[in-house]
Amino acid sequence: MSTRMFGAPVARTEDERLLRGRGAFLDDLGPGALAAAFVRSPHAHARVVGIDAEDALDVDGLVAVYTHDDLSGPMAEPLPMLIPHPGIIDGRTPYALAKEYVHHVGAAVAMVVATDRYTAEDVAERIRVDYEVLDPVVGIEAAARADVVLHPGMADNVAAHHVQEVGDAPAAIDAAPNVLDLELDIERSACTPIEGRGVRARWDPADARLRVYSSTQTATGVRAAVAAKLGLGLGQVEVVVPDVGGGFGVKIVHPWPEELMVPWAARLLGREITWTEDRREHFVSAAHERAQRQRIRVGFDDSGRLLGLDVAILHDNGAYLPYGVIVPIVTSTQLLGPYKPGAYRVVFTSLYTSTVIVTPYRGAGRPQGVFAMERTMDAIADHLGLDRADVRAANFIRPDEMPYDQGLLFQDGRPLIYDSGDYPAALAAIKKLVDWDGFAAYRERALAEGRRVGIGLACYVEGTGPGPYEGGHVQVETDGTVRVATGLTSQGQGHETVLAQIVADELGIAMSDIVVTTGDTRRMGYSVGTFASRGAVTSGSAVALAARSVREKALRIAGEALEADPADLEIVHGRVRVKGAPATGMDIGTVAVLSNPLRYAFDDASRAATQFAGPADYDRAPVDPDDSPGLESAEYHSPLRCTFAAGMHAAVVETDPETAEIRILRYCVVHDCGRLVNPMIVEGQVHGGVAQGVAGALYERMAYDGSGQLLNASFMDFLIPYSSEVPAVAIDHLETPSPLNPLGVKGAGEAGVIPGSAVLAAAVEDAEGFPITAMPISPSDLFDLRRRFAAGEIAPLRRRAPRVPAQQQPGQERR
Amino acid sequence: MGERMHDIRLSVNGVPHAATVPARRLLSDCLRHDLGLTGTHVGCEHGVCGACTVLVDGRPARSCLMLAVGAEGHELTTVEGLADPGGPLHPVQQAFRECHGLQCGFCTPGFLTLIAAYLEEHPDPTEAEAREAVAGNLCRCTGYTNIVAAVLRAAELRRAGPAAVPEPAVPAEERP
Repeated sequence: MSTRMFGAPVARTEDERLLRGRGAFLDDLGPGALAAAFVRSPHAHARVVGIDAEDALDVDGLVAVYTHDDLSGPMAEPLPMLIPHPGIIDGRTPYALAKEYVHHVGAAVAMVVATDRYTAEDVAERIRVDYEVLDPVVGIEAAARADVVLHPGMADNVAAHHVQEVGDAPAAIDAAPNVLDLELDIERSACTPIEGRGVRARWDPADARLRVYSSTQTATGVRAAVAAKLGLGLGQVEVVVPDVGGGFGVKIVHPWPEELMVPWAARLLGREITWTEDRREHFVSAAHERAQRQRIRVGFDDSGRLLGLDVAILHDNGAYLPYGVIVPIVTSTQLLGPYKPGAYRVVFTSLYTSTVIVTPYRGAGRPQGVFAMERTMDAIADHLGLDRADVRAANFIRPDEMPYDQGLLFQDGRPLIYDSGDYPAALAAIKKLVDWDGFAAYRERALAEGRRVGIGLACYVEGTGPGPYEGGHVQVETDGTVRVATGLTSQGQGHETVLAQIVADELGIAMSDIVVTTGDTRRMGYSVGTFASRGAVTSGSAVALAARSVREKALRIAGEALEADPADLEIVHGRVRVKGAPATGMDIGTVAVLSNPLRYAFDDASRAATQFAGPADYDRAPVDPDDSPGLESAEYHSPLRCTFAAGMHAAVVETDPETAEIRILRYCVVHDCGRLVNPMIVEGQVHGGVAQGVAGALYERMAYDGSGQLLNASFMDFLIPYSSEVPAVAIDHLETPSPLNPLGVKGAGEAGVIPGSAVLAAAVEDAEGFPITAMPISPSDLFDLRRRFAAGEIAPLRRRAPRVPAQQQPGQERR
Repeated sequence: MGERMHDIRLSVNGVPHAATVPARRLLSDCLRHDLGLTGTHVGCEHGVCGACTVLVDGRPARSCLMLAVGAEGHELTTVEGLADPGGPLHPVQQAFRECHGLQCGFCTPGFLTLIAAYLEEHPDPTEAEAREAVAGNLCRCTGYTNIVAAVLRAAELRRAGPAAVPEPAVPAEERP
């Protein structure tokens, strides 16, 4: 028998081309296209009074300048609201080019097409836009106060308001023996893939067809949007996703204004056009995430068990709401983590501000939810003088309570029912990995050396693999090559490898004979996209089902030819053979020939197949009514609901007593994403997620000033960590299979980032002895907090006396 | 309104190229769009991310911070020049593959050229030195863990010499 590929750390098939510089990213697609550039608003909130391109007209190489006045029909209408929700009160979306108003710095006002990008930018610089500058709305407080209302026709800045309730939380809290109130704050960060967005489009007038390349997380979504906006049939639009240089969520948004304008102009001009986003554009015109203010009231018993939890979230959604309220819904629901909350009420208010839109960034609202719950757990433990791990354990959903219904509706609009998980086992594993119980002794030693250290723990549950569906197409060619297609797209997750591993096992084919295509509407017209850690769950399951169906057909056809019962056949290394008599069999390519009654002998496989052609049966049509020619199958996996992965992170930090620098000494991850298809790839996903978690906790923030200017819109000022800032990560895996899909897998893509702010806040707080309620935290922030703490403005944690000198032993001060 | 153009000759990966460019043409753009060597990527165009790193006379340089006209007379090496097109991977490329040092692959060419030059001068780095060596380039996917591992593995492969058989990712006894 061949070795199973599923579960093996197989090296990636993607790597060869990427390592040799032969990848094909959007901006690598070759010469011959005109270049687009966009004139963008320098103001956060303004009325566009006039646009004058006169000075630009004598620039050599200018092809066209477009403004909103040039658009008509659906193109002149606002962009679609992708995901409507009953909680949305007034859902505003932008125009492809600004119509009268701009609502954030970076909004596209005019489009320039020229012979190359340098020229296009020369032209863009010469276009004069007159603005009547209006007051901006920056920050959650200003948005809530609504002294300035951003969108005409609205009375305030409330885009959406939504309440979910299980039981009577206020009453449960009032009746509880212990009650705590917390106010928490999380700032903005962003996906920031190293490759920004990009679009290229070519109109073929002879075929009346449009080819669009986009650096997107959804080919089919872009296709449907472009077709609708340009008034084309779906069959007239092909969207092909080239290699994509990272996504992390921002590229699931569609259609971007540029994703419509480039195809629109390409068709109008009859010329291929390309647009590649530059770094500053990505900061001011793509999307951000994370900013929330949370107010929490919790009631609990003396063992730390939750009795009632009441959460109010103010969510900054930026200037528009094209992606609906997915982020605050995810925060509201995933906040519960592995716990039973008792009675629960969560209210979110989503607010317009004159800043870049907020759409899912890896984790998609979960980091904020986990921050809320884990800060609450730590506060409860501190209040009661209990071990923080014990308080969590007291609230866990137990394995024998699975499946567990939290009684809420999740982001996919389906019930929030956890399918499986073993949280006590995960807690035991993380405590062991980080040496939780040995930390007190370690801290004593560190304190004796004048070093200040702290430990933190954070748990999460992550709904992954939402539907509605994803498809897989598996086709065996006559030379034995197996072509696999799925509609969702790849941004570095290794789908080509992982899907080939799955098909290799299901079909008995060598990995080297399998070619996987993702994100190409020519190969798979129905698809959703890559987000919410859904690739392995949905497409992995779909290609497995398609491969099983192909296998069944191959065994049937080979059985007829070999006069054997299909049950007595197996496929090993691409050969269908009789079990126990391996010499009797045929290559799977030969089976592919036999599957098609039109048998021109084009190739060796066809000639080889003639020996197996049985006598003609004149009573049977060449293709049976319930059969089809070809050895191929398309199957879809439509999950009943999300499958819930889980994990726990622990971190040990050291804070410098003088400079307030925060150094991560140890970072540990226990991760359960069900069955692992490729542990090497899963660990890579965890590593990358942790780096983004650390980034969001300690380094990255969007520094908007009061006028709505983003002050750090470059890699010089927005501090993405280098290797010098990211800790080594110790990982332990649990594998609790999901019962909801044929592979037993759960999503893994986002997990690493989710508890980052929560676990590092906990560790810093533990080192410092006073509560940390706002993240990210920089050395300056911590320095300021120390000063406020010393001035008595911040109450100490109960578990330690106010700021201990280095020599004192904190263990002695527990109450 | 025309722009003055310059005829330049560049030596890239040992191959002479001619191009006609304006003085402001970035070396990164010239390599990618005039010479068709799109393996060098552009991530920020302000010299911070390092995705556009190429070797200029064997030393790493950010091609987005150089003008094409200024590259005349220098020997340039891009990611395409690390290994012969049909031949085995360069030890750094091989190490990245073995260690899963890349995910989306966009920043990878900058790391590969940087590390290739680094190992020429530091053939036996410690883990801390390896981490420091790559601390000028940004990667958003990997968290650097496997990139650091790849530096060490590449050093090992280099020391073993060109005859070294690359370690398969799946142990030999488990292979079909």
